[in-house]
Amino acid sequence: MRNYFPLLLMFVVVAATVGAIIVLSAVLGPKRRGKVKDSPFECGFQPFQLPTDRFFVRFYLIAMLFILFDIEVVFLFPWAVVFKALGWAGFWSIFIFIFVLGAGYVYAWRKGAFQWE
Amino acid sequence: MEALLKLLSDNVAGYGSLASPLQYLLPMVLASLCCIALVALFPIVAVYAERKVAAHMQDRLGPMRVGGWHGWAQTIADGIKLLLKEDIIPSEADRVLFKLAPLVVFAGGFASLVVLPFGASVIVSDLNIGVLYVVAISSLGVVGIIMAGWASNNKYALFGGMRAAAQIVSYEIPAVMAILTVVIPVGSLSTQEIVRAQEGGWLGIGNWFIFKPVTAVAFLVYYLASLAEVNRTPFDIPEAESELVAGYHTEYSGMRFAFFMLAEYVNMFVVSAIGATLFLGGWNSPVFGGPVAFMLKSVALVFVQFWLRWTLPRLRVDQLMYVSWKVLLPASFVLVILAGALAVR
Repeated sequence: MRNYFPLLLMFVVVAATVGAIIVLSAVLGPKRRGKVKDSPFECGFQPFQLPTDRFFVRFYLIAMLFILFDIEVVFLFPWAVVFKALGWAGFWSIFIFIFVLGAGYVYAWRKGAFQWE
Repeated sequence: MEALLKLLSDNVAGYGSLASPLQYLLPMVLASLCCIALVALFPIVAVYAERKVAAHMQDRLGPMRVGGWHGWAQTIADGIKLLLKEDIIPSEADRVLFKLAPLVVFAGGFASLVVLPFGASVIVSDLNIGVLYVVAISSLGVVGIIMAGWASNNKYALFGGMRAAAQIVSYEIPAVMAILTVVIPVGSLSTQEIVRAQEGGWLGIGNWFIFKPVTAVAFLVYYLASLAEVNRTPFDIPEAESELVAGYHTEYSGMRFAFFMLAEYVNMFVVSAIGATLFLGGWNSPVFGGPVAFMLKSVALVFVQFWLRWTLPRLRVDQLMYVSWKVLLPASFVLVILAGALAVR
């Protein structure tokens, strides 16, 4: 656990530094507010729509695929560390694991899940 | 860390008589300050270098005025300018998330520095899960980017944020699988163990993973994926200025904008340094080892990022997804199987 203490301390030091810079910038910078200046950026005209209504469904699909594959990768990490101790048994079991994963991958491909249009 | 503690107790008279918690705390604070100095200085040098590299590749001169000699003080002047600018928060924005987002992105890049093995004993903390830690903590950047895009309440920012997130998570998996091909033969996630496994060999470079059959391909997969993860050309769609203004940081100004820029350059360094650690032998070198060799390798990989940016056009979104899901992902699966087959006994 002692290895993680520098990490915590580093976060504290960084948070202090970053906070100090933000405060410094707030003190030094001008503060001139205005209705037009505070409105959302648009290329020279009034924004006619805020982007909170609907979303391209592909983004959700990508997120789901990511979670699926990321979980597989999480399983692979401990396997990779102890790999040499496991020998051929470890190799074949993960081979079957990736084979099943590959079947799902081919299915997703055939369904057009990776097609972005 | 331990080396710094030893250095202090050997050379500073009366250090051993200090209170025991203070003895441990002081080297940690020093190490943190070193990292902050690196994070502050590297972008200043890198932004200047990138502008110069870009200029000379396009047969221009680049910044020449500020500071006299070849405009060396240009980035410092730019930094001071950003510090003195107004911090504009749009009226429609979600104020808390908007203020927090650049700091989250910055923290994600910064925290990875802890496990970078600059030298045999020059490392802040040699975590036994080092590589996994980098993969996990650098994902914090995506959260910050989504926060920025969402909180801005501006369509350019939101689209930029969503595209960045989709891109980063898509390329995360090939990158991590490529890292695994190195972890399998080494049998450890510690960055120092991985570097030590690459010692020796033919001419002192023969054991670098870039010169081994499977990991050589894995290096290409890793480097491509890491370019996409730091939103660099040819994968800079999230910041495609011709369609999205500036992407997720459209609404940011002043120092908060500067933190996004800092984070971008820190992340460029981190992915290059991880690449150097895993595939290019880390601090090993046939001529001179240690921090100098490590920095040279990392900076060389950063230079390739500059080079690609000013050589290649930007990919379309569908091409981007094609490369990740249909080329790199199956390739990385095959690489992991092959790496296992080679390492098994």
